Amino acid sequence: MTPRDDGGAAASGVIPVPAGIQHSLISLRGVSKSYRRGGQIVPVLNGITLDVQRGDFLGLMGPSGSGKSTLLNLIAGIDKPDAGEILVDGVDITRLGESELADWRAGSVGFVFQFYNLMPVLTAFENVELPLILTSLSRRERREHVEAALGLVGLADRMEHYPSELSGGQQQRVAIARAVVTDPKLIVADEPTGDLDRHSAEEVLMLMDRLNLELGKTILMVTHDRRAADRAHAIMYLDKGELSTGGDIHERSVKEARL
Amino acid sequence: MKAIPIAYSVRNLWTRKLTTVLTAGGMALVVFVFAAVLMLDAGLRASLVASGQPDNVLVTRRASGTEIQSGVERTQAAIIESQPEIAIGPGGARVASKETVVLIAQPKRDTGVATNIVVRGVGAEGAALRPQVRIAAGRMFRFGSTEIVVGRSIAERFDGTGLGQSLRFGGREWTVVGVFDAGGSAFDSEIWGDGEQMMQSFRRNAFSSVVGRLVDPGRFDQLKRRLESDPRLTVDVKRERVFYEEQSEVMSNFIRILGLTLSVIFSIGAMIGAMITMYAAVASRTSEIGSLRALGFRRGAVVAAFLAESLFLAALGWAVGLALASLMQFVNISTMNWQSFSELAFSFALTPNIVVQSFVFALAMGLAGGVLPAVRAARLKIVDALRAA
Amino acid sequence: MNSIKLIFRNAFRHKLRTGLTVVGLVVAIMAFGLLQTVVHAWYAGADAAAPNRLITRNAISLVFPMPLHYRDKIRAVAGVRRVGAANWFGGIYQDPKNFFPQFAIDPGPYLAMYPEYRLPEDELRAFLRDRKGAVIGRKLAVTHGFKIGDTIPLQGTIYPGTWTFTVRAIYDGAAANTDTSQMFFHWDYVNETIKARMPRRADQVGVFVVQIDDPARSAEIAQAIDRQFRNSLAETLTETEKAFQLGFVAMTEAIVQAIRLVSFIVIFVILAVMANTMGMTARERLSEYATLKALGFGPGYVARLVFGESVAIAFIGAAVGIALTFPVAAWFGAKMGTLFPVFNVSGETLAMQAGCALGVGIAAAILPGRSAARVKIVEGLRAIG
Repeated sequence: MTPRDDGGAAASGVIPVPAGIQHSLISLRGVSKSYRRGGQIVPVLNGITLDVQRGDFLGLMGPSGSGKSTLLNLIAGIDKPDAGEILVDGVDITRLGESELADWRAGSVGFVFQFYNLMPVLTAFENVELPLILTSLSRRERREHVEAALGLVGLADRMEHYPSELSGGQQQRVAIARAVVTDPKLIVADEPTGDLDRHSAEEVLMLMDRLNLELGKTILMVTHDRRAADRAHAIMYLDKGELSTGGDIHERSVKEARL
Repeated sequence: MKAIPIAYSVRNLWTRKLTTVLTAGGMALVVFVFAAVLMLDAGLRASLVASGQPDNVLVTRRASGTEIQSGVERTQAAIIESQPEIAIGPGGARVASKETVVLIAQPKRDTGVATNIVVRGVGAEGAALRPQVRIAAGRMFRFGSTEIVVGRSIAERFDGTGLGQSLRFGGREWTVVGVFDAGGSAFDSEIWGDGEQMMQSFRRNAFSSVVGRLVDPGRFDQLKRRLESDPRLTVDVKRERVFYEEQSEVMSNFIRILGLTLSVIFSIGAMIGAMITMYAAVASRTSEIGSLRALGFRRGAVVAAFLAESLFLAALGWAVGLALASLMQFVNISTMNWQSFSELAFSFALTPNIVVQSFVFALAMGLAGGVLPAVRAARLKIVDALRAA
Repeated sequence: MNSIKLIFRNAFRHKLRTGLTVVGLVVAIMAFGLLQTVVHAWYAGADAAAPNRLITRNAISLVFPMPLHYRDKIRAVAGVRRVGAANWFGGIYQDPKNFFPQFAIDPGPYLAMYPEYRLPEDELRAFLRDRKGAVIGRKLAVTHGFKIGDTIPLQGTIYPGTWTFTVRAIYDGAAANTDTSQMFFHWDYVNETIKARMPRRADQVGVFVVQIDDPARSAEIAQAIDRQFRNSLAETLTETEKAFQLGFVAMTEAIVQAIRLVSFIVIFVILAVMANTMGMTARERLSEYATLKALGFGPGYVARLVFGESVAIAFIGAAVGIALTFPVAAWFGAKMGTLFPVFNVSGETLAMQAGCALGVGIAAAILPGRSAARVKIVEGLRAIG
């Protein structure tokens, strides 16, 4: 991946990609976003440029209020930037209308949230099935996918349990199953271990590792947790609206990361 | 547009049991009032309409409104009876009855209050003209005597009307020799006797009305035209069924208008209850709404899910309310018919129409109460909703 | 920070919810008030009855008349000051829907017995002079725009034919509950016309209104009057005017009771709504109540907060609802026209409205108040509001 610190003065441009190598899965160019807070306009992201390749596992860190979650939301298509373009697998999602964006998310993105965000009134099975409802799969096909996903996260025996009957770590694993059940291009995780004890956090992180290494899933993770960040292949820092690779980069070779 | 599973809406009702019970309970009460009013009106009409035969005509003095206020002189009655459209019975006599209708006051058993009862002096064909009337106990009165038979409802509600007992009116004692069942029609609240005997006792010279059977129901218009234009007569000719329908008009209208007005007003209260409940539901599930939208469900799907919840509440209220209302079928009402000034007994009648109408009414309440909160749920921005975890 | 301030501030924290609850209360209290007013209107006739007036009618039924010559016999009974004949006319003005009461009366005695019908001297004299004249009430005059000198044609039902009367006087009611929707004309005129057309029906009187000296002796005098006519062709029943009016109400008792019952159902509807609201509110604030208890406020204080808020909301709703009852009742009374000639919101109704609102406010707060008072500090603090 190629982080770019684009302060505006430096030449910003896409690194010419040699022929033969696949184009980036995610490409951000000049992305800016600001919020209105009590009459004042607060800039959060400042002309961000970013490329993420297929199979990358990128950690995003930074101080509170630095816009990490905002950046994640923009890439995941649940918010729109004020300026710039975001290409995911060749599609500029900033140009999509709301309904198209919803359909796009259903097929392309998997979400993992800090507080799991499962529906309390639906069983683990039904929660994982939710994204499949948006497809045209038959009931039987849906069942197959759900069982596979729950098997992947090791909770096949808890299918009929409600979230209130599961531990925090188990709930997060259900959420991960939900995130992968449609085989999305991209998984975004916002503080996935934020509400977990050490042991459960470890389990969840190992799972995400597997998803990345064995299934080749591209993962974007926002985190405060150093341990979680260590699992990522690379870490980027967001501060005062700008992206940088920061102090200790933990980088594995791109070839090693992508299978 | 793909919908959020129905289980999501239904199970959320189950999770907040007390709220669901209270909100649905409020709606149930409103549905109960709505259905009960319609049932009361239906029961009233049923009893009065059941009184009329499709092939009978009833002739009264013009503009008199009720039989009580009507007067038909003997000569006039004879003319009416002899019309060609009036059927002739097996014995050669006209199937027509010249009737004298008066009111007497008797104390009601439960309240002790003197209430007006219709006493009908009939002609020989009087019973034949009303095939729905059957003797349930004792026997029919003998013509030429001061014997009387009382309707089922009268026997139940008034003292002194049992078999063998006698009532005093018109200066004479009249002995009850039978109780008749008139199939829930107005006649259940009447006392019948020999018309000529009544005329004598009350020193009358004019009948109240003439009832006759048509040879052919289709010839009604002919008969009506001829009689109403006859200079010797000043009469109104009506099909018996229509006549009784008109008897209930004022009361029926009052019940319906008052009842429906009340239902609408009450429904505002129930709708507000639904609105409060659904707003709270949206507020407490804001992060869920965000998640669903993030997953890819459209705004419309969110609206539908919350509306469904509101409609289920309404349906629950409807089921309970209608069940309660249907219990009213065991209740009998007896009151004074405002137009005829006489005692009328009827009951609540549950018709399929009322079942459907009350269902639609309930759903309308659910829709009206749930639409604003559902729209609010859908208008949330995804990122804001997720932040509210 | 005193409790009252705290209570009101809390009540309006959730403006939408509180606002909706208040609207619900307003509607319910108003509907309740309207229904009770309808029930009262039913009894208006009985309420307006004077203790020194008796009504004599045919013992069998009101539908049967009495001979005219009874009038003199009644006047001869000890304790009787005046007697006036009155016949229910039951005519139609243009359309049966335009119903209003019409009576053929002995104008002199009858109007003297009803001092609550106030009419100017000159109009009274004009009426007495004109045999085809009529006296109408103010409400009737306003409803149809009748003025002195107008002719009112009536289609007779009991007394067939077309009858025309000229308005000579308009009376106003002395009290708020006096019926001013009636029309009176000369009994003699009606009787003579009948004598010519249908002689057999002439000289028949519907009721005699009897004024007595001493209301305390009404039962005695009533019996004395009836004794005069026992075993005659038309035996009589004499009773106080109030009993007579109540007799009518009793006949439609079932309907009146049903309306009364229904008026309380609406209170239960709003009780369900309020209980729901207070329950939700209390659940959301569990951690706050726990905090207060941790600070040292007792369970009684916390419970009082809940009750106070519930009663405050009920109070606001009731105040607005009661205020609105007056214009709504006025509108309803006008719409009903002459069906309810007297339609006033009584003090009793207002008291019941206030009482029901208070009851709802208290009842709705019982369960939430109890759980708030009982919350265990530790659990409550842990709860996420």
